[in-house]
Amino acid sequence: MHINATLINLYHICARECWLHANGIRMEHTSDTVYDGKLLHEMSYPLRADRHTEISLTAEFSNEIVLTGKVDFYDSKARTIHETKRSNKTAAAHEWQCKFYIWLFALNGIDDVQAILEYPKSRERTNIFLSEADSVYLSNTVDEVYHLLRSDLCPPRLDEKICKHCSYHDLCYSGEDLSSY
Amino acid sequence: MKKSYYLFNPGRMSRKDNTLQFIPVDAAGIEGTPKYIPVESVANLYAFGALDANSSMYNFLGKEQISVHFFDYHEHYTGSFMPKDYLLSGKVLIAQTQHYTHQKKRLLLAQKFVSGATGNMLKNLKYYHNRDKDTSIQIDRIEDLSSQIWETDSIEMLMGIEGNIRITYYSSFDTIINDFEMGIRSKQPPSNEVNALISFINSLCYTLCLDAIYHTQLHPTISFLHQPGFRRYSLALDLAEIFKPILSDRLIFTLLNKKIVTKGDFDIQLNSCLLKESGRKKVVKSWDERLSETIMHRSLKRNVSYKHLVKLECYKLVKHILDMEGYQPFKAWW
Ligand code: SF4
Repeated sequence: MHINATLINLYHICARECWLHANGIRMEHTSDTVYDGKLLHEMSYPLRADRHTEISLTAEFSNEIVLTGKVDFYDSKARTIHETKRSNKTAAAHEWQCKFYIWLFALNGIDDVQAILEYPKSRERTNIFLSEADSVYLSNTVDEVYHLLRSDLCPPRLDEKICKHCSYHDLCYSGEDLSSY
Repeated sequence: MKKSYYLFNPGRMSRKDNTLQFIPVDAAGIEGTPKYIPVESVANLYAFGALDANSSMYNFLGKEQISVHFFDYHEHYTGSFMPKDYLLSGKVLIAQTQHYTHQKKRLLLAQKFVSGATGNMLKNLKYYHNRDKDTSIQIDRIEDLSSQIWETDSIEMLMGIEGNIRITYYSSFDTIINDFEMGIRSKQPPSNEVNALISFINSLCYTLCLDAIYHTQLHPTISFLHQPGFRRYSLALDLAEIFKPILSDRLIFTLLNKKIVTKGDFDIQLNSCLLKESGRKKVVKSWDERLSETIMHRSLKRNVSYKHLVKLECYKLVKHILDMEGYQPFKAWW
């Protein structure tokens, strides 16, 4: 099974979202947000393309699990990953996504990599480093994600504020109000 | 907001960069002024007149996930151009197949479709009953029949009950509709105005459901109530059962009782009756307006269009077949 940075990110937001995404249950792109995201990526740092490369990494975690990640902007001189996001609503999940990338570098023998998490819209940036404890946490998380995805059962609904902005909102909340039956 | 485009005139459609160009061609082969449609604004196309097009146009439509529904000269639905599936999920496909092959699971879903459809038919009958149209005989009979839905142990038996419910339901149309007689439901060809409207609008409802299914992970050929292959995309037939009473029938009652569509909009031959182009245009316009009307959805807690309701029904089916949440058919509450 392949576990990538997106799944790690989603797992920190909502296990159900992670499960749905991994099982190919994606929502139709009715809004412009996806397109917007692409533009953001292309427009935010037009000069970056020269110094920064896109890099794909894999690492074998166990017999059954392969970790993969695709970093859009990696500055090999400064050993820095640049990750841009639209909004900081799920900042913790974004941080774990960055730490996952750093970890992937480390698993490939490239140490001392750091990441900069940027939110161009609100002009925020955070430096991200990976601690010893983070690596342990990530390797536990990978195990958890693995078990989640092996299960045939979709995890329960979160019922949190974040659901309102989730692309699965209508799927999760489309049930009939049974009081009317 | 994407919308449906209805092509009444014959003509040629082609791709011009990122727009569609439609050149109407009249009976003498004379070309009219071209019309341009930006592709991002197209949800789907309905071709009522002869549509001339080449493969590059269909490749383009396919890439943009736009379907085309075809109707023949007699306004019979003849088929659809469906772009390649783009939201396929192996998980959903396998689960959907299992719900079809497992007899009990299939029957349960089929029963839910029939019970949802029946609930919505009763809603219509009761609505008119409260407005001085005596439909009490039909209401009693259908309530009686509907209690048997859950006692069926085969699809055939269920289909039998469904058939009786539908006959009873249609027998109320002569009471509900002013000035027009429906008599017996006749399809090919429709024998009178009411039958012509039912056939035409039901095809619109079918294509609506087909499009909604296409934009989810459900596979349109694996159905539960209808035998798969009865019509190629038989899941759309299953889904249409739920929505026909609310979307098709209510529209028919309004169109006729409010005299939006009148005798003059029909072309009556010896033993067939079809909508004239004027009538077809009125129907399609009202249908389109109806689909964008919104209602307050009680669990989403926001306004959703009728069109979106069909999509939500697909989501509920996905959840059911993945054992996330038991499917409850949509039942009108107003
Ligand atoms: S709507 Fe809520 S429960 Fe559903 S996937 Fe999104 S976050 Fe999770």
